[in-house]
Amino acid sequence: MNPELLSITWFILLNVLLIGYAILDGFDLGVGILHPFVARSDNERRLVMNSIGPLWDGNEVWLVTFGGALFAMFPDAYASIFSAFYLPFVLLLFALIFRAVSLEFRSKKVSAVWRTFWDILFFIGSTLAALLFGVAIGALMQGLELSERGDYLGTFWDMISGFSLAVGFFTVSLLAMHGAIYLYLKTEGPLQQRLLGWMKGTFYVYVSLFILVTAWSTFFIPASLQHFSSYPVLWVVPLLNVLAIANIPRAIQQERPFYAFISSCCTIAALVFLFSAAIFPDLVPAVNNAAHSITIFNGASSPLTLKIGLVIVAIGMPLVLSYTVLIYWTFRGKVQLDEHSY
Amino acid sequence: MDVVLLSRLQFAFTIMFHYIFPPLTIGLGLILAYLETRFFFTKKPIFSIASQFWTRIFVLNFAIGVASGIVMEFQFGTNWATYSRFVGDVFGSALAAEGIFAFFLESGFLAVVAFGRHRVRAGLYLFSVYMVALGSVFSSIWIVVANSWQQTPAGHHIVDVLRPTTMADGSSGVLPWVVDGVVQRRAEIVDFMGMVFNPSTVYRLTHVLLGCAAVGAFFVLSISAYYILTNKHREFAKHSFNGAVIFGLVAALGLAANGHSQAQNVYAYQPAKLAAFEGHFETGRGDLNLIGWPNAEQERIDFAINIPGGLSFMVFDDLSFSKTVVGLDRFHVEDRPPLVIPFFSWRIMVGLGGLMIVVCSLGLWFSIKKTLAEKKWLLWTFVFGIGFVILANQSGWIAAEVGRQPWTVHPPVEWNAEGTDLITAADGRYQYDESLGLRTKDSVSAAVSTTEAKSSLVLFSILYLALLAVWIMVLDRKIRTGPKLEDGTDAHGPGGIQQATSDRQHARLNDDSIVKGGA
Ligand code: HDD
Ligand code: HEM
Ligand code: HEM
Repeated sequence: MNPELLSITWFILLNVLLIGYAILDGFDLGVGILHPFVARSDNERRLVMNSIGPLWDGNEVWLVTFGGALFAMFPDAYASIFSAFYLPFVLLLFALIFRAVSLEFRSKKVSAVWRTFWDILFFIGSTLAALLFGVAIGALMQGLELSERGDYLGTFWDMISGFSLAVGFFTVSLLAMHGAIYLYLKTEGPLQQRLLGWMKGTFYVYVSLFILVTAWSTFFIPASLQHFSSYPVLWVVPLLNVLAIANIPRAIQQERPFYAFISSCCTIAALVFLFSAAIFPDLVPAVNNAAHSITIFNGASSPLTLKIGLVIVAIGMPLVLSYTVLIYWTFRGKVQLDEHSY
Repeated sequence: MDVVLLSRLQFAFTIMFHYIFPPLTIGLGLILAYLETRFFFTKKPIFSIASQFWTRIFVLNFAIGVASGIVMEFQFGTNWATYSRFVGDVFGSALAAEGIFAFFLESGFLAVVAFGRHRVRAGLYLFSVYMVALGSVFSSIWIVVANSWQQTPAGHHIVDVLRPTTMADGSSGVLPWVVDGVVQRRAEIVDFMGMVFNPSTVYRLTHVLLGCAAVGAFFVLSISAYYILTNKHREFAKHSFNGAVIFGLVAALGLAANGHSQAQNVYAYQPAKLAAFEGHFETGRGDLNLIGWPNAEQERIDFAINIPGGLSFMVFDDLSFSKTVVGLDRFHVEDRPPLVIPFFSWRIMVGLGGLMIVVCSLGLWFSIKKTLAEKKWLLWTFVFGIGFVILANQSGWIAAEVGRQPWTVHPPVEWNAEGTDLITAADGRYQYDESLGLRTKDSVSAAVSTTEAKSSLVLFSILYLALLAVWIMVLDRKIRTGPKLEDGTDAHGPGGIQQATSDRQHARLNDDSIVKGGA
């Protein structure tokens, strides 16, 4: 394979990892966002947490692997993005830590104060993580000021714009909806009934923010549409996206929550794809001087490393998929509490 | 304080915190695999009770290990961007492989181990325990490969970064990338297996895994000694103690033997590091300083008690106690590692290794003579011993990493044909080829300000100290509760006594209905 093709292949694989993460950990984060609102008793709170109990850690590994793969295959982009988003990423790490430890610690003491404390942390961690992912994506779409070497020149406040915040809230609403559908699948009884309202509510918020963000990027970030004029086939993706979104309320209405879940997975996949298509071939677009942008070509590792990476993926991914299936199969069905639960 | 120092402090602090947990995971993982295997074949409830008890503690540690591990992965990019650009091609592959081969395996099967006892058949359960143990060993392999590569780089070459450039005459081509007059360079893989099996990987991996086994053994020893002392869970405690004390002794002996060869390997590739460990200034016969205070200005060890020629013996297995050992005087002052920290952390590790051998032998001896329960002092030593074994692991890393300074990627050294001395420049000092390594001060992120680095360091310190406190508190409760006492009933399905009590407890909270609101 020639270097160009290798870079493109890795760009696609990174998208796959990101989509895997966004879909899988997406519902974990969504469950965390809804947790204080949908569960009324301690038992319900435990049910909500245990619906993701055995799964969240494996889901988070998609992020870890995405980070490792970005580091290995596009080190310049890894270095520039992570150091540019220094404070947001430190906060993101805090959020992920809060999420992890509150799941683990909450059930360890039978005390109302103790449990409420971890409930709050669980909510903050999940919400903050979703918000920060969105803000980072929004800021990347707008582009950063980069030095010739690719080091970020701006400050923390430069990346907090109206647009990046809007994408942040949009992400929160998307994951909340995704999480509500997931929870609906995993629960029963009054809790499930209550979730019906939440699925609809989060859907409407999501659709409003979707329209807002789409309009905003179309009018104010023309670069996000650059490829659509040259490759009209790309319009298929937003079209499918809109269909998937439209399918969600229909599936909910028809009481086929599994279809709704598949639709929200497709929506997430389409949105990640649209984001990548908007910045392609850049990984980090520079606003001050296009020559400073880090692209998938000038920021890539050597062809040999990209090939070694493909070998690792070819051996590893089938294994990963097989145990992911095994775990999801083992923990299929409605959540039940037993002595091993959180 | 500058960003370099702040980032170093932050990296040191966060990795030291992270490294409390992986050894527990790896060590306990091996022990769980053993217990579950015994249970699978004998069906004796004692093994199942023990394994369930350790599983609960295992899961608790794992969660914090995972939470603190992600921080490590992000930090190469956040704080060490220049380093990441330089090494990414080589080093990143190891991290990516770790994610794909180790973390998925570990976290996936951990779910079965932690939550799935009643959901899967016994065979699959046993298999899952093996996979978790294997996954945790895999993760240590890849991360130690990455770290060993920066200590003793191999399998790569260092080349100019090429970029498409438009020339003055309008034509374009691919040229070395020059920023501010400096040609940008980076390491690229040429031989993947050579990178993986670089000269120090095998020694260091063996050493790290033995260190983890020691932590697992001493953790079990600590809790069982406590139960023997307080006369609780007698049967369980005696069994665990006997198994773990043998395990611990083997690990400690292995650490000493393997550590010895490893030190000789350090001498071959990083002689300045070994000189710092030993406080050896003058090239010549090496004396083994048992203790003393290294005085870098005067280039001597104050208050030294030493074995003349002892270091020559250790480095070359030289019975004449006289061979020449290269000392710090072969290096320019700016190429020497700091002295005090490696000198003491090295002694703490080796000293504790010796003590571990002694206490394990005593424990085994009294246990065979059946007088263990009377030896209160020894049992108390075991109760607190775990802290010292964790300390030994931390000291080992501190010695290895601070001893690597001032480099993040250590350049190679060249020996003369007989291998007795370095090939020095006219001034009698070794001249490193700067272009083949990377200095720590040149590794840091340019985009990060002092304020940012300071805030993150403060925030991490607060968060981690709080986490540590909660972890110890929860762990303490678990240990006090102890293993389940009844016979194997609860191993076969829900409905045991424990289950009933825990249901009752949770139910109490529901009645109190702590949660009024909702939306
Ligand atoms: C894969 C790489 C890797 C791995 C596995 C480790 N380290 Fe490391 N360490 C680094 C990569 C690194 C580094 C990125 O290269 C640092 C950051 C700054 C530096 O000089 O080296 C570093 C610095 C560093 C320092 C500060 C040294 C100084 O600045 O003077 C300490 C105390 C440790 N580490 C300790 C550890 C411990 C306890 C580890 C056990 C898990 C460990 N390291 C594993
Ligand atoms: C700078 C170096 C390191 C990085 C970047 C790193 C990264 C990580 C990450 C991202 C995780 C979480 C994985 C998950 O989400 O499941 C993790 C957990 C883990 N790491 Fe590290 N790690 C480092 C050092 C080490 C070392 C030196 C070892 C072992 C010798 C180790 C062994 C483990 C193990 C066994 C786990 C599973 C969780 C646990 O044991 O507590 N890591 N690490
Ligand atoms: C008993 C005699 C021991 C000797 C001679 C010895 C030798 C060594 C040497 C030479 C290094 C530095 C390797 C390098 O810089 O590349 C090292 C590092 C280390 N030691 Fe030891 N060691 C001993 C005991 C122990 C014990 C008891 C533990 C823990 C229980 C331990 C844990 C470690 C760890 C975790 C490292 C850092 C990882 C590495 O560089 O391999 N060691 N040891």
